[in-house]
Amino acid sequence: MADSGASLNVTPFQGVHASVPHDSALRHVTGTAIYVDDLPEPPGTLHVHLGMSTKAHARIVSMNLDAVRAAPGVVCVLTAADIPGENDVSPVIHDDKLFADGEVYCVGQSLFAVAATSIAAARAAAAKAVVDYEDLPAAITIADAAAADLKIEASQRMARGDAQAALAAAPNRIQGRHAIGGQDHFYLEGQASLATPREEGDVHVWCSTQHPSEVQHLVANVLGRPSHAVIVEVRRMGGGFGGKETQASLFAAAAALVAVKTGRPAKCRPDRDEDMVMTGKRHDFEVGYDVGFDDEGRLLGIKLELASRCGATTDLSPAINDRAMFHVDNTYYLPAVEIVSHRYRTHTVSNTAFRGFGGPQGMAAIERVMDAVAQATGLDPLEVRRRNLYGDGGRNLTPYYQVVEDNVAPQLIEDLARSCDYDARQRAVDAFNAANPILKKGLALTPVKFGISFTTTHLNQAGALVHLYADGSIMLNHGGTEMGQGLYIKVAQVAAEAFQVPLDRVKITATTTDKVPNTSATAASSGADLNGMAVLDAANTLKARLVEFAAGKWGVPAEEVAFTPEGVRIGAELVGFGQLCRAAHIGRISLSATGFYATPKITYDRKTHRGRPFYYFAYGAACSEVVIDTLTGETKVLRADILHDVGRSLNPAIDLGQVEGGFIQGMGWLTTEELVYDAKGVLKTHAPSTYKIPTAGDRPRVLNVALWEPGRNAEPTIHRSKAVGEPPLMLGISVFSAITRAVAAAGEHRVMPNLDAPATPEAVLMAVEDVRRRADG
Amino acid sequence: MGGTIRFLLDGQVQEAAGVDPTATLLEHLRGPLRRTGTKEGCAEGDCGSCTVLVGELTTGDDLAAVRWRAVNSCIQFLPMLDGKAVMTVESLACEGAGGGCAGKPHPVQQAMIDKHGSQCGFCTPGIVMSLYGRAVGACGAGAPVEDVLAGNLCRCTGYGPILEAAREVVREAAPDVAAPLRAIQRETMLSVAYDDPIRGVVRRWLAPRCLSKLAAAAEANPDAAFVAGATDVGLWVTKLRKPPQILIDIGRVPELKAITRAGDALRIGAGVRYVDALETLAGRYPSLGDMMRRLGSTQVRNSGTIGGNIANGSPIGDMPPALIALGATLVLRRGEQVREIPLEDFFVAYGQQDRQPGEFVEAVIVPRGPEGQIFKVYKLSKRFDQDISAVCAAFAITVVDGVVSAARIAFGGMAGTPKRASACEAALVGQAWTRQIVEAAAARLDEDYTPLSDMRASAAYRATTARNLLIRAFLESAQPGVATSVLAEAAYG
Repeated sequence: MADSGASLNVTPFQGVHASVPHDSALRHVTGTAIYVDDLPEPPGTLHVHLGMSTKAHARIVSMNLDAVRAAPGVVCVLTAADIPGENDVSPVIHDDKLFADGEVYCVGQSLFAVAATSIAAARAAAAKAVVDYEDLPAAITIADAAAADLKIEASQRMARGDAQAALAAAPNRIQGRHAIGGQDHFYLEGQASLATPREEGDVHVWCSTQHPSEVQHLVANVLGRPSHAVIVEVRRMGGGFGGKETQASLFAAAAALVAVKTGRPAKCRPDRDEDMVMTGKRHDFEVGYDVGFDDEGRLLGIKLELASRCGATTDLSPAINDRAMFHVDNTYYLPAVEIVSHRYRTHTVSNTAFRGFGGPQGMAAIERVMDAVAQATGLDPLEVRRRNLYGDGGRNLTPYYQVVEDNVAPQLIEDLARSCDYDARQRAVDAFNAANPILKKGLALTPVKFGISFTTTHLNQAGALVHLYADGSIMLNHGGTEMGQGLYIKVAQVAAEAFQVPLDRVKITATTTDKVPNTSATAASSGADLNGMAVLDAANTLKARLVEFAAGKWGVPAEEVAFTPEGVRIGAELVGFGQLCRAAHIGRISLSATGFYATPKITYDRKTHRGRPFYYFAYGAACSEVVIDTLTGETKVLRADILHDVGRSLNPAIDLGQVEGGFIQGMGWLTTEELVYDAKGVLKTHAPSTYKIPTAGDRPRVLNVALWEPGRNAEPTIHRSKAVGEPPLMLGISVFSAITRAVAAAGEHRVMPNLDAPATPEAVLMAVEDVRRRADG
Repeated sequence: MGGTIRFLLDGQVQEAAGVDPTATLLEHLRGPLRRTGTKEGCAEGDCGSCTVLVGELTTGDDLAAVRWRAVNSCIQFLPMLDGKAVMTVESLACEGAGGGCAGKPHPVQQAMIDKHGSQCGFCTPGIVMSLYGRAVGACGAGAPVEDVLAGNLCRCTGYGPILEAAREVVREAAPDVAAPLRAIQRETMLSVAYDDPIRGVVRRWLAPRCLSKLAAAAEANPDAAFVAGATDVGLWVTKLRKPPQILIDIGRVPELKAITRAGDALRIGAGVRYVDALETLAGRYPSLGDMMRRLGSTQVRNSGTIGGNIANGSPIGDMPPALIALGATLVLRRGEQVREIPLEDFFVAYGQQDRQPGEFVEAVIVPRGPEGQIFKVYKLSKRFDQDISAVCAAFAITVVDGVVSAARIAFGGMAGTPKRASACEAALVGQAWTRQIVEAAAARLDEDYTPLSDMRASAAYRATTARNLLIRAFLESAQPGVATSVLAEAAYG
């Protein structure tokens, strides 16, 4: 903390709303920030490699590991039979096995662990395993699973009004389908866990995870021990994006089991390819829509059918697919709507949380519908979007019966349309397209409305533990984890603001399950909302104690004690914060407090899909301009303008980083990032050589990003800020809509392009050729 | 001493003895040296988290100069560092404080802090090193900053703050290590032998220091793998986990490191790195230069060689189509025997080249094309930078008085080898250079190639774009007013 803010022109006191650098910035740039794999390995550390299934779905006839055990350097080999507790590393449904037991359900599934004196020895040994499989029928794609009716749970239906009748009565009606690809997290730091044995078979696990409590509980359950036998600690992750919410448990449990079995420290860190093969990704979706609308492009009725590839196990797929349903309205009022969601079980790695958690897929679906309606009516797509926005006069009820109370989309969209010069640029794009036979441009402005809260209501809670030391320094513990998003610095700013002390008084510690128990994952963009409030609660408890103590000792009314940047004002006297802490300690006042927060107002009935699942909404909008090459499908994003609502920002610099990074990640999802499975369920894109996330050159040359000035949370969140982690990812949808528009231009805007995501050069070229065929035909 | 690898790290000589010659620099830094600032993101040279700078004495006249290159330490074998200097992210704070290890951040590091250029921080050390390379004028680091950073993936920031930090970078001198480097140069061949307990073999590394010694070593070890930049062989170890038993390092042979003029032709030694050939080739063939700037990344071009791109026989190497179209010939040596063959004849079939046991690629000779030759190279990939081509096309077409007098067309990614398009060529030669003729000739490509579908592209995409790229070449030569490049549009848009 001593490093932060050295170069900023602000007062030594930096509370909330200040653009303080990331707390680890100095350590990041000097290479001294420590990640799990950087920890010094205790003497005797074993390296754990997981043997993997090569089959998508098969019965294990036999598994001969004699040669593995006999291989040089091998210390132990563990299978399902060696698990003292439950063979389970799943978040909810107990269907993710640590080690396969009799049957495999996807390629890359963990079969056994081999622990050796080096990772090279462990890998070489694992290659000697002889596994005899008997193939079982495998469903690889959504279509396969649909044909076999394989689902992880019953299809869900959310509806309001009579969509069928509205469609039948609508003067215009179109139907279409749209496929949306998955996405690998590609956190730069892969999964990693280091477990050290302690007394009585206890274990301490350093783990790169967004969910230390769940890792703790699962490791304990695997070991057949109570949760108190396991401590999970995480200082930072080298990126998470949802990929370390449930996916870390497998590696943590394997390391912990080896550590407990051998009495030696054990590290499990898959390499990039193993990581990408073994861990879940964003769900790919197939969407069918049937939409009725008037001649002005106003939606009258809509039916949407969402189908997703959940993979082999349940993981978080029910909630992810729910969130997709929650976001098919985006910023639009759907007068009569029916959403049906199929959650298909496939014999591929179980898909999981990824920034947006199903929301992006739902939102991409409705934005596709908006583009299709614009195409059908010949209206400008932004005009169609405007006409369908949530508004007053009954046009404020979501498909799940939550009233949209904080709708800032109309104003934010107009602000952006003005600042990005939308109308003039749309005309310039048309002129360009008229003059250019080979290259075509497209421009699109799309909004974002993202619901904030875990839709599983009980997860919306957080705890904190704040210590004041007698010298006035502050030790901050909370359940949130740092994955680069700047949570730690934001929460530290909250604490500094509460006590009115300089930030370097506040120590930010690793998140540890023995400090704050039973925490929720740092997910759903909720980190600062929940943990900031919990820390504030603890701080308020401590402040109340200090105020009462000071009032008594100094003999002034409590109202005359105030925390200020200059010190604590007690009556006419100004006392240093440390001085007060020292005095309070001598006065035998407890200087340690827990804090707690549970999000108010939210309630949801999953059976009827009705309620108020979200405390509030976060909004944003982006306008992207692209150019495509109709000979090759190559595409460049030329410019993007972004306006995003983060309420009253806790830290504008951090928030801008989230917005810009989210946009680029969303752009990658919908353009170059393509997951390819072969017919046997083998992932062919499992390293950066084959899986292409954006590079510096893919960032548009012109990228204007701004936080929306009037932003202020309508709800009393922590300092009226808004969550920022996930929503900006969906700004990337503007790129996809712009590409769609450019493809349409290749066919003189006569037909709607059949463009699926990701819009790789191949997808774009095929869509161009298809558009031209249909436009001519 | 023969088996001891010596390199310089922050002014200190590091000695590594008894190591596996296929151990990587990254493993050595993070393991024995406990320099954990350098990260492993992919272990295949594609993410840049492991970027370090390597300095070496320039060969030739100026022995006082040291050239620095940013490289991916994850695919640099430790013996390749022998006699060289290494700088890691940990080196910088010391340098920035004027030599004393005061722990003050270097200006590049401070710029990254000031611009909020790190979020999760994992890619950051590699990015800092790429930017530091720019500050000290490392090889290839003077290119536009997006190109310099093309080999450094960041998943958090969207790159904007990093590009802003890059704008703050001011030129400075790298630490002068010429004298200590001279002190660790060896006179004799580095030869490392390692008893691999895991595979039960003795692994050898041989680094001959002249062409005749190299020829002798190659003849004596016909099964040896040749290593130049290790951007391919590195992956045999880190990805395929099949380390060769005998490796011959051609990177110490001065005769292979030169670009010379043979009459009007260029003779490029097999050990010439992309970065060292780029300027010369781009000067003669601007379109090839444009392609090469997208081949790999700065780190890859700083290590990989054109010779290696040919010798590994890959059907998707990006240099062979261009060189075949230009009529390049390949010089192969076995002992004292030297032969020269047309480059296209080297590629016999998938996984099979016209190279005898004990023989190696010595050079490639690139003739100058005739006056008025249209020469275009196109690379299609999912991502513009640092991506393996789905299709790579090269067209060398000579048009005299509106009639095609000669055509050499070659593609990568369309067959099991880089291959000429004979039917298409035949349909062009002797014909007028018109859209109609070109479209008819493009259709003949279907006779030349039966491409495959894979994770990079479908057969249909490959076949379609192959035809379309010929049309692009035509448009660019005959109708220069028609815009055909989204990259150019992005640059001026």
